[in-house]
Amino acid sequence: MIRTALALSLALLLACSAAPLALAATAHPRASLTDIENDVMCTSCREPLAVAQSPQADSERAYIRGLIAQGLTKQQIEQNLVSQYGESVLGKPPASGFNLAVYILPPAILAVGVAILAVTLPRWRRRAQAAADTPSTSSPAFDPAEAARLEQDLSQFRG
Amino acid sequence: MRRFAIPAVIIAVAMGVLALLTFGVAAQGTNSSIDALVARGDFPAAPAAHTRLPVLGAAGAQTLAQLRGKVVVLNVFASWCDPCKAEAPILEQEQRQLERDNATILGVTYLDNSSASQSFVRQQHITYPVVRDVSGNFVRSFGTTGVPETFVINRQGRIVAVRRYQLAGNWLQRTVQPFLAEPS
Repeated sequence: MIRTALALSLALLLACSAAPLALAATAHPRASLTDIENDVMCTSCREPLAVAQSPQADSERAYIRGLIAQGLTKQQIEQNLVSQYGESVLGKPPASGFNLAVYILPPAILAVGVAILAVTLPRWRRRAQAAADTPSTSSPAFDPAEAARLEQDLSQFRG
Repeated sequence: MRRFAIPAVIIAVAMGVLALLTFGVAAQGTNSSIDALVARGDFPAAPAAHTRLPVLGAAGAQTLAQLRGKVVVLNVFASWCDPCKAEAPILEQEQRQLERDNATILGVTYLDNSSASQSFVRQQHITYPVVRDVSGNFVRSFGTTGVPETFVINRQGRIVAVRRYQLAGNWLQRTVQPFLAEPS
């Protein structure tokens, strides 16, 4: 009986402590100006809002503070900023139209580079291997008399 | 033939990247062709005349083409811009005169949020129509890179004067006056 009561109490305690954690996990985190500033641009100065110092940047910050005060999430705030300032307000351009090049080109260039290396490296290795295996015919062998003379000359330098 | 395949691919990729870079740089550049044409007296047609711009603080949209037949003073502004505040009274005063001569000022907000623009309009007692250029594409087609800028468009929809800085004195009045007399 006591064991059952203890087990029930423990289960209740766990459920109570887990509930706020679960709620916190599903709720959207509160947006912060610092976080948003790093992801959006000052549209007149064309630099990140976090470092921009201009009247337009100040106006944009004030607007974002207002949206944060309304309880909007970061995503909602960014959507709102796009509706007010256009897509150029986003630090990362949206993946559509010409902007797709930003996302497609770097990996494509990397893939082409890897493919080129994958094709050329084995070829180079095969050529180098073939060159090493082929006996050299470019320099004729010394005849014994010349070899003896060379050895004699070298011995003079060796002291 | 196969010997040239890889160099050809590398050159093609390099050319493609170079072309993209050139396009990107050219797209960021300043368009000063309107100023040059106006200075020569070859008044160019106002660009993007059929672009629908949302009216500030109201439903609906406005295009420049809808104002054909009127002399239009297109003023690009933002609420955070001090020179825009300084020239607002000049524009508002001129609007009263223009209305009588089948002409109007058309304010275009640029790089600004609508609530700040609406506060600006209220504070400056602006009565002329104001539209928003959210993407900035409309004003960029006029070569605009900052605020304030003012363009005078005649009744035939041609740009006849450009001012890329704050209005002062009676420049606006002097500039618009000859075009008010022209037939629509």
